[in-house]
Amino acid sequence: MANRTPLYDAHLSAGAKMVDFHGWDMPLNYGSQIEEHHAVRTHCGMFDVSHMTVVDVKGEQAQAYLRYLLVNDVAKLTTPGKAQYSSMLNPQGGVIDDLIVYFFSSTDYRLVVNSATRDRDMQWLTEIASGFNVTITERPDLAMIALQGPQAEALFAEVLGAHNFASVAGMKPFMSVQVGELFIATTGYTGERGYEITVPASGVVTLWNQLIDTGVAPCGLGARDTLRLEAGMNLYGQDMDESVSPLQANMGWSVAFEPSDRDFIGRAVLEQQKADGHSVLVGLVMESKGVLRHGQRVLVNGGEGVITSGSFSPTLGYSIAMARVPAGTDSQAEVEIRGKMVTVKVVKPSFVRNGKSVL
Amino acid sequence: MSTIPKELKYASTHEWVRNEGDGIYTVGITEHAQDLLGDMVFVELPEIGANVAAGDDVAVAESVKAASDIYAPIAGEIVAINDELEDAPETVNSDPYGDGWLFKIKADDVSELDALLDAAGYQAVIDED
Repeated sequence: MANRTPLYDAHLSAGAKMVDFHGWDMPLNYGSQIEEHHAVRTHCGMFDVSHMTVVDVKGEQAQAYLRYLLVNDVAKLTTPGKAQYSSMLNPQGGVIDDLIVYFFSSTDYRLVVNSATRDRDMQWLTEIASGFNVTITERPDLAMIALQGPQAEALFAEVLGAHNFASVAGMKPFMSVQVGELFIATTGYTGERGYEITVPASGVVTLWNQLIDTGVAPCGLGARDTLRLEAGMNLYGQDMDESVSPLQANMGWSVAFEPSDRDFIGRAVLEQQKADGHSVLVGLVMESKGVLRHGQRVLVNGGEGVITSGSFSPTLGYSIAMARVPAGTDSQAEVEIRGKMVTVKVVKPSFVRNGKSVL
Repeated sequence: MSTIPKELKYASTHEWVRNEGDGIYTVGITEHAQDLLGDMVFVELPEIGANVAAGDDVAVAESVKAASDIYAPIAGEIVAINDELEDAPETVNSDPYGDGWLFKIKADDVSELDALLDAAGYQAVIDED
């Protein structure tokens, strides 16, 4: 039987259409994924992300371990609670997973990794940990809700109450704080302001229902996908995997080459790619009718690429995509859609932020 | 459970057909089909006046999830299309058997209707999926 989060029954009673997501029974939508998408852009929506894997990394060498394991440098984190986007690579420079690391102290970190890659991640984390004095603890006792949208702050304040909300109010993006049993982070996967709230599994249904009562729209994987695509955020397994380096997946900004004496797994390959050149992930925009889809062929001057993620953008009203293409691509490309070549615009892979087009 | 009106005829490819009299038949996609496809974002319809054969792909329903061909259930001439879908493709989701109709076809040979499924037959097709 597929895994179920503690919110499974809550999804069914909210009318969710459930689908299998890498071994988890998860809500695809609760009726209309486009309405859910708009709820997040204009008001507030929430996602059950309890299937994601939370891993605590503690010990004397926790910092040294993560500096070797991850492409970004955790030594840059000095404020307790600060979060950082990162990834871990295989020795060939391919992305094993992308993740967020939370810093509490140089001996105490938390990682949140994808559920689809859980087994591979845990195997890799453990294998590399054997050379360090650290403990790796998975936290299946925790559940997680992502609360996202322009009204997220106001509605969350209502649920938490003034006293508890005081330590959350005004928190900058990519920070976190523990408030009682809640671990609250200003992170997300939609391009809107909001929170990812980690709670003991036993308390997540109560929190979910309180948020529903304030008018937060439950949202499924369908809306999550169009929201993250508009925000230009990668989906593991689609926009990158172990055969793709972070430089080829628009994740170069999260690779810390400085200080140059920090060795991390995959570093040599990335340095070589940087010197030799490599393919890049770009954004595509098609304002005419039709929808760009994963797997479609992209022709650019100087070669051929492929759409890694494509969909209709509910916010913009036309189709957008991310595509991996040879470097030096023009401002135009041709995409083969159902046997026809269609001209599309090439842009930076970021389309919508805080409810507005950034094209 | 999705609705399958008794008075309509069906193709196994999830189109429904309604007899409007005078050899004219309205075509749309079933509630089951729209549910499988999810939110509709574009509907590409045939040209009025086009002559089509049964089984020709004549329209495309693009949803958030996928592009899906729509086939002519019978041969004939396209005599009307639902222009309203241009601005409101979601009508196919909200009212698949009513305002979400796709096109009207003037049948070349009304006996082709006999080859289509009745509601029970279409239910059996869904149950097999």
